[in-house]
Amino acid sequence: MDLLRKLEILADAAKYDASCASSGTDKRDSRKGGLGSTEGSGICHAYAPDGRCISLLKILLTNACVFDCAYCINRATSNTPRARFTVDEVVQLTLDFYRRNCIEGLFLSSGIIRDPDYTMEQLIRVVRCLRVDHGFKGYIHLKTIPDADPGLLAEAGLHADRLSINIELPQAASLAALAPEKNFADIHTAMGGLRTRIADAKEAKRGERRIRAPRFAPAGQSTQMIIGADASDDATVLGTSVGLYSGYGMRRVYYSAYSPIPDASVALPPRAPPLVREHRLYQADWLLRFYGFSLDEIVAGGEGGMLDLAIDPKLAWALKNRADFPVDVNRAAREMLLRVPGLGAKTVGRILATRRHRGLRVDDLARLGVRLAPALPFLVALDHRPRMLDGAHLRAQLTPAPVQGSLF
Amino acid sequence: MAYSVVLAGPVDIDGWRAAARDAWRAGISPDRLVFHVPGEAGDLFGGEPPPPPRADAAMPLVPRDFLALAEVAVRHRDPARFALLYDVLCRIAGGARGLLDDAADPVVARLRDMAKAVRRDAHKMHAFVRFTEIEGPRHVAWFEPDHYIEEAEAGFFIRRFAQLRWSIATPRLSLHWDGAALSIGPAGRRDALPPPDAGEALWRAYFGAIFNPARLKPAAMRAEMPEKYWKNLPEAQDIPRLIAEAPSRVRAMVAAGAAAPNPNPQRRRTPMATSTEGFAELRAQLLAADLPEWASRATQPVMGEGPVGAALMLVGEQPGDEEDLAGRAFVGPAGRLLNAVLEEAEVPRDALFVTNAVKHFKYTQQGRRRLHQTPDAGDITRYRPFLRAEVALVRPRLVLALGATALRALTGRAMPVTKSRDLHLKTADGMDLRATVHPSYLLRLPDAVAQRAERQRFAADLARAYGEATQTGGAAHAGGGASGANRS
Ligand code: SF4
Repeated sequence: MDLLRKLEILADAAKYDASCASSGTDKRDSRKGGLGSTEGSGICHAYAPDGRCISLLKILLTNACVFDCAYCINRATSNTPRARFTVDEVVQLTLDFYRRNCIEGLFLSSGIIRDPDYTMEQLIRVVRCLRVDHGFKGYIHLKTIPDADPGLLAEAGLHADRLSINIELPQAASLAALAPEKNFADIHTAMGGLRTRIADAKEAKRGERRIRAPRFAPAGQSTQMIIGADASDDATVLGTSVGLYSGYGMRRVYYSAYSPIPDASVALPPRAPPLVREHRLYQADWLLRFYGFSLDEIVAGGEGGMLDLAIDPKLAWALKNRADFPVDVNRAAREMLLRVPGLGAKTVGRILATRRHRGLRVDDLARLGVRLAPALPFLVALDHRPRMLDGAHLRAQLTPAPVQGSLF
Repeated sequence: MAYSVVLAGPVDIDGWRAAARDAWRAGISPDRLVFHVPGEAGDLFGGEPPPPPRADAAMPLVPRDFLALAEVAVRHRDPARFALLYDVLCRIAGGARGLLDDAADPVVARLRDMAKAVRRDAHKMHAFVRFTEIEGPRHVAWFEPDHYIEEAEAGFFIRRFAQLRWSIATPRLSLHWDGAALSIGPAGRRDALPPPDAGEALWRAYFGAIFNPARLKPAAMRAEMPEKYWKNLPEAQDIPRLIAEAPSRVRAMVAAGAAAPNPNPQRRRTPMATSTEGFAELRAQLLAADLPEWASRATQPVMGEGPVGAALMLVGEQPGDEEDLAGRAFVGPAGRLLNAVLEEAEVPRDALFVTNAVKHFKYTQQGRRRLHQTPDAGDITRYRPFLRAEVALVRPRLVLALGATALRALTGRAMPVTKSRDLHLKTADGMDLRATVHPSYLLRLPDAVAQRAERQRFAADLARAYGEATQTGGAAHAGGGASGANRS
């Protein structure tokens, strides 16, 4: 099989992993040798027509897999064509794309071949060759195999910027049903192991420990959850996320709406969930992490454990808690401003800085980046008081026309 | 009276700083001062140079973040940038120290927007410059920034590609890095770029393959990768086609619906016995075991090989001469015949675990040849624990005994193969078992016609066993094929 065809198969097989982040690792460059640099923020070198950022060469070493996860195109019983890169092919592709300035680095994953250790070893051979033989300084994200030998894991963390293990599904029962060879508890154990090593390495770097811990995945760990392949509601999904963030120090939990794959398994629901569900989960995730909302508050904004698909979760919460509004932009505390629909964290920062200089009017707010349409019904400015707050039509007025058309 | 200052170039921040400082100290208000950049549009009716500063005038004092803002904002293409900065400078130096925090001030807001546009342009340059390698070797690129960012962003490419030689040409100038120093040359030409190479085709193939047609969101793509950049991005040439094809690709996936599982699912592929702990330990036990005297004359114990968790496990009699030397099962004449018949039967050999009932080569010496000797009941019994352990490690869905020795070892009873061939059997440990002849039986048949018939029958037995072992949800076995030790 020629390289181009392999690349097509093994990139196609990798595209269901949503992460393409290349940010948040330590800074390094090639002025003293090697190739590449990382400067903190990630770079999206291209965008695909699905709107997703292309930052890394995201491929599988092989899409042959002895596991039979129903949601996965690479599962053992799928009829998908199989291919396998050699270590050198991956290394050369990475270096070539990097020199073209097409990528920030590599996101390497693999189907399970033989056993976890063997698979992990193959992945490590690639990153070792890139780092040691070629002095590659770009970003590397490595998918980790939960049961792999601790020594292999240590070496993976030494070379990679980020490690990840996918949680796959929001609950143990779903995983048992759809991915019979995987185990929810084992995945958590492995994430816990990663967290300990990541934290140790970080402390050692800050000089907080006398024992020196080796470099280990400075960009931390992330994970991915498939949405809509099982019956879990949004409350369950977000509850699992909260546990992942707090328990394992996840940098990100990615939500991936189950999307029709060629050669789908009969074990799956016949239709994809609306993409907007994934979008709402990301918004809720954001509110939980950066806006001081609790899980209960977010879930209460929707109905029956599901988020409101028509409006964003912050607006949904605000509409159900109208008694807390309007909020005076010239006096309210940061915590309350963060809860106003249409105000982002950056905008709130600007409001706080600017209102020391002047009383804010609606024109000022527009200049500061406030989205006026959703915000005005909930706030008071020098020249504005909302009239509609109790109006029955407020929700209707603020509900955007449905844009998320179904594709078929 | 209006004054005018002529700057050295579009990003002459030092020239601007000196002129602005002097003008402020000369008491010139912002509305009376214009800044000129040669070749840039603007107010051409400039006045005279400003008068020298008053000797007693203090130096203007500004916070550090103003200088940071100025440094970025001057790279903006807007001809008003220097004048706007002077306006803010005058107000800050005049006492409005916190002016920059007032994001609602129209001039501050405009400068901030300019800085933001410059940063975005720089970010896009980091992202969208595409190099092609030419002779030298040198990496060359063509890029069209919106603002005057080239000089400032050269550092990014130096840090990243310090060990390469590269050139980035733009409509305004060209940057050249020779591995040690940066030089700035005249404007480049887009048509001077080298033609596409093989690597570019790979990159375009990647771009097409990583895109998920079921999630078409071209507006989101355009927001981050505006169309103005497309002409200099090789992969963007494929965007219209990818978008056009997406709906039909998705319709095809949906129409195809759920697929039947592949009858030949992926199995652990391995040419050698997996050297997991269990097997290594078994081998060690075998080396230390109290075995018949003849075993000590064999070169080595020969363990089975194949994927752990293989659906089907073949058990033969004992290693032969070649197996004994190689230390691998079924690599001699019988093994080669087995491989050929497996292929005829369309059974993937590397999906099977193959082993022998007896782990050492039993032979009699005849001259320089070692002649195969059939193991007796006692031999079979001595090796049985090792075979059972091996079966337990592999955990196949079905075991296929090749010949009478294997059948006896697995069941613990002497049974004729010919009468067991079409029966569903169980091993002594209760695993599903079937039996067929040993491939060496075919080799011994004198008559070509009988040989052909027997070979066909053997192939049919192998195919049937493999089919039963891999059929999903079948009765061959309960408990799943994959070993519990393997999880991802
Ligand atoms: S282990 Fe499961 S999810 Fe991973 S590649 Fe194999 S089938 Fe897909």
